[in-house]
Amino acid sequence: MRQHKLALCKEHFLVWFTEQTQRFINKYHMFGYEDRILVAVSGGKDSLALWNVLHRLGYQTDGLYIGLGINQGTGYSAESLQFTEKYATKYNHKLIVVDVAEFAGATIPEAAALTLRGKGKPCSVCGLTKRYIMNMVAHQGDYNVLVTGHNLDDEVAVLFGNTLNWAVGYLARQGPVLEETAGGLARKAKPFCRFYERETAAYALLQGIDYIYEECPHATGAKSIYYKVQLNQLEADRPGTKLSFYLSFLRAKESGFFAHQNPAVQANLNRCQTCGQPTSAPEQCAFCRTWHRVRSRRAAAA
Amino acid sequence: MTVRLTLRDQEYEVYGGMTVRHALLKLGIQPDSVLPTLDGELITDDEILQDDQHIHLVAVISGGAR
Repeated sequence: MRQHKLALCKEHFLVWFTEQTQRFINKYHMFGYEDRILVAVSGGKDSLALWNVLHRLGYQTDGLYIGLGINQGTGYSAESLQFTEKYATKYNHKLIVVDVAEFAGATIPEAAALTLRGKGKPCSVCGLTKRYIMNMVAHQGDYNVLVTGHNLDDEVAVLFGNTLNWAVGYLARQGPVLEETAGGLARKAKPFCRFYERETAAYALLQGIDYIYEECPHATGAKSIYYKVQLNQLEADRPGTKLSFYLSFLRAKESGFFAHQNPAVQANLNRCQTCGQPTSAPEQCAFCRTWHRVRSRRAAAA
Repeated sequence: MTVRLTLRDQEYEVYGGMTVRHALLKLGIQPDSVLPTLDGELITDDEILQDDQHIHLVAVISGGAR
């Protein structure tokens, strides 16, 4: 690990990775042993590795898998569910499965084709739907915190994109922990936010976790992957660049660099008139608006 | 006598005697984007490749909306 100037054998890497996770949980005050934790799992390396580490550290965790219905020609969703269920069964973990088509009336690709949101690319509808369901399940199940497997590369790619656009509102909200809001947004934490993507993959491989290697077919050409490739080029020339970028951002944020953005974000939250979930919109939330349109167009086309 | 490296459905060949990292850079593969394995075991970037070895590269980049 050139970025850490560290070389470890298998046994010590697993110890190091587990201890570092605990260190990040403590450092950013993410959660404690008394908390009920909902882990968003996709069948991929990051989320299954996260579930594995948190369980080994003794935290109370349940998993949430969201079935997106991305199967055309690839069987991606079916396969990712298989990996997730196999993992949950092996370790005797509780897994909550929400199928988007059953819950909302269409699969993600079907919804993307019926709405202008994302201009035919499903990623926008997918992100919106996942965030909505994660928040809903966290509240319905009285979980104290929702955790995701976002790693350093994910965080730095988002940070890079938001910095290029000076999207200060988004920059103000990015961080290892997103606090619960009075309006009903669940507390979120990212215990892997300081691990390189390569480190989480190494943990999954060394720990013998079976995960889905294939990437979502719709991720091809995604901006986040383009940013990751550019950032990896910087990292190859200057090891530690990604971590330094992220930590410098967190320090700037802590020193109040984006402080004036936060109150405005929270003050603007309303309750969706249809579902009651928090929204910055005055009436319906983006999820209800989008899916109402999808179901209407689907009915009209039938 | 060469070393075979596979990444998804792509296959590459290099001569033995260079490190994994050197081979990846020579092939235009970003070292941070893959994990090299030999016979199912993870190997480090500074491992020197030997002729006739078959290195399986595991892609680690994930993306899209999350």
